[in-house]
Amino acid sequence: MNDLYTLGEPLVDLKDPGGPIEDRWDKRRFEAKLVSPANRRRLSVIVIGTGLAGGSAAATLGEAGYHVKSFCYQDSPRRAHSIAAQGGINAAKDYRNDGDSIRRLFYDTIKGGDYRSRESNVYRLAQVSESIIDQAVAQGVPFAREYGGLLDTRSFGGVQVSRTFYARGQTGQQLLLGAYQALERQVQAGTVDLHTRHEMLDLIVIDGRARGVVIRDMITGEIETHLADAVVLASGGYGNAFYLSTNAMGCNATAIWRAHRKGALFANPCFTQIHPTCIPVSGTHQSKLTLMSESLRNDGRIWVPAKAGDDRDPREIPETERDYFLERMYPAFGNLVPRDVASRAAKNQCDAGHGVGPTGLGVYLDFVDAIGRLGRSVIESKYGNLFDMYRKITAEDPYQVPMRIYPAIHYTMGGLWVDYDLQSSIPGLFVIGEANFSDHGANRLGASALMQGLADGYFILPNTINDYLAANPLSPGIDTSHPEAVKAATAVRDRIEKLLAINGGRSVDSFHRELGSILWEHCGMERNAEGLEHAIGLIRGLKEQFWSNVRVTGHDEELNQALERAGRVADFFELAELMCIDALNRAESCGGHFRSESQTDEGEALRRDGEYAYVAAWEFTGLGTPPRLHKENLEFEYVELQQRSYK
Amino acid sequence: MNITLRIWRQQNHDDQGRMVSYGVDDISPDMSFLEMLDVLNEQLTLTGDDPVAFDHDCREGICGMCSLMINGLAHGPEALTATCQLHMRHFADGDVIDIEPWRSNAFPVIKDLIVDRSALDRIVQAGGYISAPTGSAPDANTTSVARKDADRAFDGAACISCGACVAACPNGSASLFLGAKITHLGSLPQGQPERDSRAVSMTAQHDAEGFGGCTQIGECTAVCPAGIPLDMISQLNHDVLSGLTQPGGQ
Ligand SMILES: Cc1cc2nc3c(=O)[nH]c(=O)nc-3n(C[C@H](O)[C@H](O)[C@H](O)COP(=O)(O)OP(=O)(O)OC[C@H]3O[C@@H](n4cnc5c(N)ncnc54)[C@H](O)[C@@H]3O)c2cc1C
Ligand code: SF4
Ligand code: FES
Repeated sequence: MNDLYTLGEPLVDLKDPGGPIEDRWDKRRFEAKLVSPANRRRLSVIVIGTGLAGGSAAATLGEAGYHVKSFCYQDSPRRAHSIAAQGGINAAKDYRNDGDSIRRLFYDTIKGGDYRSRESNVYRLAQVSESIIDQAVAQGVPFAREYGGLLDTRSFGGVQVSRTFYARGQTGQQLLLGAYQALERQVQAGTVDLHTRHEMLDLIVIDGRARGVVIRDMITGEIETHLADAVVLASGGYGNAFYLSTNAMGCNATAIWRAHRKGALFANPCFTQIHPTCIPVSGTHQSKLTLMSESLRNDGRIWVPAKAGDDRDPREIPETERDYFLERMYPAFGNLVPRDVASRAAKNQCDAGHGVGPTGLGVYLDFVDAIGRLGRSVIESKYGNLFDMYRKITAEDPYQVPMRIYPAIHYTMGGLWVDYDLQSSIPGLFVIGEANFSDHGANRLGASALMQGLADGYFILPNTINDYLAANPLSPGIDTSHPEAVKAATAVRDRIEKLLAINGGRSVDSFHRELGSILWEHCGMERNAEGLEHAIGLIRGLKEQFWSNVRVTGHDEELNQALERAGRVADFFELAELMCIDALNRAESCGGHFRSESQTDEGEALRRDGEYAYVAAWEFTGLGTPPRLHKENLEFEYVELQQRSYK
Repeated sequence: MNITLRIWRQQNHDDQGRMVSYGVDDISPDMSFLEMLDVLNEQLTLTGDDPVAFDHDCREGICGMCSLMINGLAHGPEALTATCQLHMRHFADGDVIDIEPWRSNAFPVIKDLIVDRSALDRIVQAGGYISAPTGSAPDANTTSVARKDADRAFDGAACISCGACVAACPNGSASLFLGAKITHLGSLPQGQPERDSRAVSMTAQHDAEGFGGCTQIGECTAVCPAGIPLDMISQLNHDVLSGLTQPGGQ
């Protein structure tokens, strides 16, 4: 232990129903209290976020008869970042009769997460996965179909069964439209009040329970307080802490970070996923990164020039002077090694001077062999839209010149800690979708985030929240004049005033960019203690500069995008420090995370189950005081722990 | 490249608004159009001016948030391309570029280049869904859907709700948006029970929001980043007519 954090009590109350794993979800639903339909109208729930998780939850709670208040920062609920998901959604339907089952999806997810997730939750996720597809089809989600009219599936992300349902390259968009339309139906029915362009800036906790939120109307700048019987956060992931990521520009951690500051534990913040196939950065102006589907690695071959600094046109580099490094290092899996292995190998090549493209941060993904073998038309039918997208962004034709790719931050497995009911450590605060930490352990399988978001929103939360609402309604007489509500709103106003008053010499974006590069360098796919300690120092220094030298133009009582960004970046600073502390504590290589101090003789990741088979849940103890670590030990009854090997 | 921008500045809804000129220098052809605006905003911030407000989020052409009129063209000069996917290599050194918000009665300007498109959501509220409460669904493969119907549904469902069609239309009509949703849901077996009433109620809401009628000019399809074809408006007209004339129709 060091002075960066302290150790607290282990977490024991997980509300896990116990018993045989197949029966746990049934058991929990049976034991949970119900709210009679007549009473639901009188109970209200705030849902922050309208992505797959929040949209599906708000719609379903509305259908159940609760009074729902739904918020998002975009101008329409349908624009939540879930819209950008491309590849597909998993479900254990076994329509292919290829040996898939709930048990196998469960097993793959636990193993894919490198044994850092909870068996009970993951099993339930696999159970519920089937109903998601049914629900989406009933809503009119146009999944890909076979010529016979039945649903098509494909295999995704290296699993051996074909369980991924998809809608062209726009699966997220289509699933979100299903949830969005269900939500709008409830708006029309009067059960859901929709507030777009409204940003949550704080949580209101009254007598130890989450009872409301402080919201800024992003058009007028007005600070509003909203109370309800329970609060649900579905605000997405925090990948934008790295500045450059595949996330939408507005994705932020503010909702979950503010809740963390009010007492919600934050679990495994250092577990972030890096995706190997993104379009490389083209210059310092870069504002975000674009993902190219992982399926490209099925046919493309990854290489770099064997000689460092070789900047010839790739077509002029002869075979003998190319290094197909994944095929060389991992002959069994070749270009199809998991995301983290491919990403780390690419970064190492670039760090050693073999990188390609104008910035040297890129490796080739070459389709010349595949085009020779299968013909251009086959490649076009498989990847045409991706090739077009690549050409639009880079102005290069991947049919002629090898693509350039580089890893980028894509997803965050960490998030607010929740129990089996998806309730955080603050009673009455539920967290769903990417915002919670629950199901993906130290690494998420492809096509499983959409599944989890919808499982949480359609099926799990609407069942578990009843138990809370039945027993803990907001006491009559409490309204927005309650001292805690007033205090929270005042704090939000003060912070806005403070940001506007600094009037320094640097833009918000310039700070965000610098913070991102610190995280990427030291808390990215490869970390070590020295680098992390260094990063913590850098982040603290930069945060201080931010609060003394940032320039936020304009006023509070108007639409002010600089102010919106400033608030988010201020929260990213605090989160970034916790990410580094968490990474420092976890001195093992695990999932997507390689700790240089923990490797095998062959230089491969070495997980250390004896010391780290736990969820690290962090408690906020105040600004400037060290966070407290609570461990939730992970026990595996149904899955045997194995070291990953791709040699 | 050095570029001159003439940008619509409007402090808020009540402000009159005006075009203001700015210069941006050293623009790389690899920048996206919005990254070029980021450069301008960084410049404005450092000189203490109010940065230009514009909507954007995914910057991948899928969320439908970005919405700029560029030299009089909704989403700019490239076909099938949303503003955020447009790159500066399509412009030349010394160019003067006009940037304005979507202009339509039904899309009031909020600030600078940001407009209020909530009317599109209200059209969806009026019936742009299939009523299928959570939990009520049969197994997904119970009903098979002919591939051509599934494809047609998808083509309509690809609309990103950006509103470019409205901005481009001389009548300020949202018929292409409406037709896309009607075609999406109406091409699927699940969408049949509510098909006619959906078309009638969504169209009534469309008209109530102040969008104009369609005279089949086709500017909408030309600017649509999602490639929604004009014949989806024919589908809309068909369904509305059938909804109005059927026994039990309004
Ligand atoms: C490019 C890309 C491709 C992907 N492809 C796949 C895939 O093929 N398969 C897969 O399974 N997963 C994929 N993922 C991951 C998956 O898309 C996300 O994890 C998932 O959609 C997250 O859904 P969500 O509902 O939790 O959050 P989001 O969809 O991010 O929604 C967050 C919501 O919260 C709101 N919000 C946020 N902060 C606030 C605030 N402070 N106040 C008010 N509202 C707020 C936002 O407005 C939004 O409505 C992909 C991710 C990316 C980036
Ligand atoms: S029809 Fe096309 S232009 Fe109109 S809103 Fe949809 S995507 Fe935009
Ligand atoms: S910013 Fe999302 S479509 Fe342009």
